[in-house]
Amino acid sequence: MTSEPHRPPEGPSAHREAATLELRHIRKQYAGTAEPAIDDLSLEVPAGEICVLVGPSGCGKTTAMRLVNRMIEPTSGDILIDGASIMDRHPAELRREIGYAIQQIGLFPHQTVADNIAVVPKLLGWDRRRVSARVEELLDLIGLEPAMAARYPGQLSGGQRQRVGVARALAADPPLMLMDEPFGAIDPISRERLQNEFLRLQGEIRKTIVFVTHDIDEAIKMGDRIAVLRKGGVLAQYATPAELLMAPADEFVEDFVGADRALKRLALQRVRDIDLWDAPTVRVGDPGAQARERAAASPIGHALLVDDDGRPVSWLSATDLAADTVRPHEGRLTTVELDDILRDALADLLQGQVMYGVVTDGGGRVAGVLSVEVISGFLTEQGAGSIDEAPAPADRAAQ
Amino acid sequence: MTGPLVLAQVVIRDRSKDVGCVAKDGLCPAWIKDHIGDYMSPLLRHLELTVVSVVAGFLIAFALALVAHRRRWLVGPITGVTGVMYTIPSLALFAILLPVTGFGFVTGVVALTSYNLLVIFRNVIAGLDNVPEAALDAARGMGMTDRQRLWRVELPLAVPEIVAGVRVATTTTVGLAALAFVAGAGGLGQQIILDQNFKSNIVTASVLCILLAAALDLLILAGERIALPWRRVTE
Repeated sequence: MTSEPHRPPEGPSAHREAATLELRHIRKQYAGTAEPAIDDLSLEVPAGEICVLVGPSGCGKTTAMRLVNRMIEPTSGDILIDGASIMDRHPAELRREIGYAIQQIGLFPHQTVADNIAVVPKLLGWDRRRVSARVEELLDLIGLEPAMAARYPGQLSGGQRQRVGVARALAADPPLMLMDEPFGAIDPISRERLQNEFLRLQGEIRKTIVFVTHDIDEAIKMGDRIAVLRKGGVLAQYATPAELLMAPADEFVEDFVGADRALKRLALQRVRDIDLWDAPTVRVGDPGAQARERAAASPIGHALLVDDDGRPVSWLSATDLAADTVRPHEGRLTTVELDDILRDALADLLQGQVMYGVVTDGGGRVAGVLSVEVISGFLTEQGAGSIDEAPAPADRAAQ
Repeated sequence: MTGPLVLAQVVIRDRSKDVGCVAKDGLCPAWIKDHIGDYMSPLLRHLELTVVSVVAGFLIAFALALVAHRRRWLVGPITGVTGVMYTIPSLALFAILLPVTGFGFVTGVVALTSYNLLVIFRNVIAGLDNVPEAALDAARGMGMTDRQRLWRVELPLAVPEIVAGVRVATTTTVGLAALAFVAGAGGLGQQIILDQNFKSNIVTASVLCILLAAALDLLILAGERIALPWRRVTE
């Protein structure tokens, strides 16, 4: 999980297809309690997708996750992995086929990083060579130096421990993974980084993942689908992040998603996803009249001076364009990139106290103009039509 | 008991030949230097008593702890019974055991073993209880059976506390073994009682006792350091 642009594929030992997961009318009631912890929960998670279970504390999201590897047994209902009921499986054997990562990580302090990662492969009886090859592969995948293999968990930073926890969950290449607030116990900056790394990783490994969090922002960021649970383990809504933000099923979901759900939608989009304005570009030496015409024709009322390579230099007002030809000019510009998340781009515009931001492509050339007006139009847009085309989070991270 | 004592005094030093320091029952380096060899056999016996009692006590207490770890209700009764054994005065216990196990090494070992049970049992249980919940949950969630979890996670992580219990038991046993002569088990206590008035004798035997306790303690500590590399790096 480093920020290198080209990551190696997961490696030769990883080849298993992701599994589908289905919860059918699950009910869980603990003895001596009046209310069930989970009530008639049905969910289908397609292979290779991240399903986030989210909800306030006491909504049974962790319970629901733990039912999947039989850490908790349901009172009634059935759970199927790839169409086969898990109730027919030996619990310990079932668990070895399901990746498991928890908030407290639970690394074994008496074992080295390598031994921690190797736990499940060893339980499965892999030979030593295969185990050590796999450990090496995973260390590389999570961006830890090979030398770290001999370290003990007590010698690692919080972020490194989280990575090792994820590597351990991935070790036997499980077709399904359970993750209970895996990034919950670290500072916000590291968490953000680990989330991004994980999404990039998921873009390659394409596991089916059940991801538990209480943080709706994390749910929106990580989830291909989000299951919002309310107290008593009742499913309030099961939808894609965009659907959830556009059309909350009821007041509970609306409240839980938050009053700023319109703004949250900005986090789902990138600058390239919305309609940009054409930039009224001019170059040094262009006829003044032509430049003035361009500026007047644009809703911005200014022309954009670019250099020979098409990189933006400065905005030019009518006064700047008074001469016969366009002259060199220096000025202040707010630029955003095509790949920027819309929310961050808006923040940049607000920060620069400007109405328009010059959008540049990967090469720094002008690709268009992002206007606050366009963003506000996007926010008030009704219907989910344009948003449904948004790529899944893993795709976004892979870009 | 007067019989063996009087006889022994003759063995340990010939009063008719005593002069100076020795005649005054004093602390005589020269005498100690000449006679230190006489203490080796009691010292070895003392070591033997200690090691056998600690090992036996460990095996019993460890087995009891494993059983009680799975059946928690047993912790109370076992603590109670071993606690009562711990409070029986050693002299009384030797007297109780004499008719059963006879005069000699076995009686000494049985009594000393019984004193080790409480501390080792309690420490094994405490060690197992202190294993981080998250490690247990992860072990279960990754598909370890109860037995695998016990041997691969719980016991290795309980080792520091188990070792701490064994250290206390060992040091205590070295001290208590000084009374094992009452049961006829010998040891350095036997040597002390042979000539209680002679300072050189008492000091020599006592110092050997202390050195034995310290040596065993250091040995266990060193063993722990070597066996638990993860403790070295995290402390």
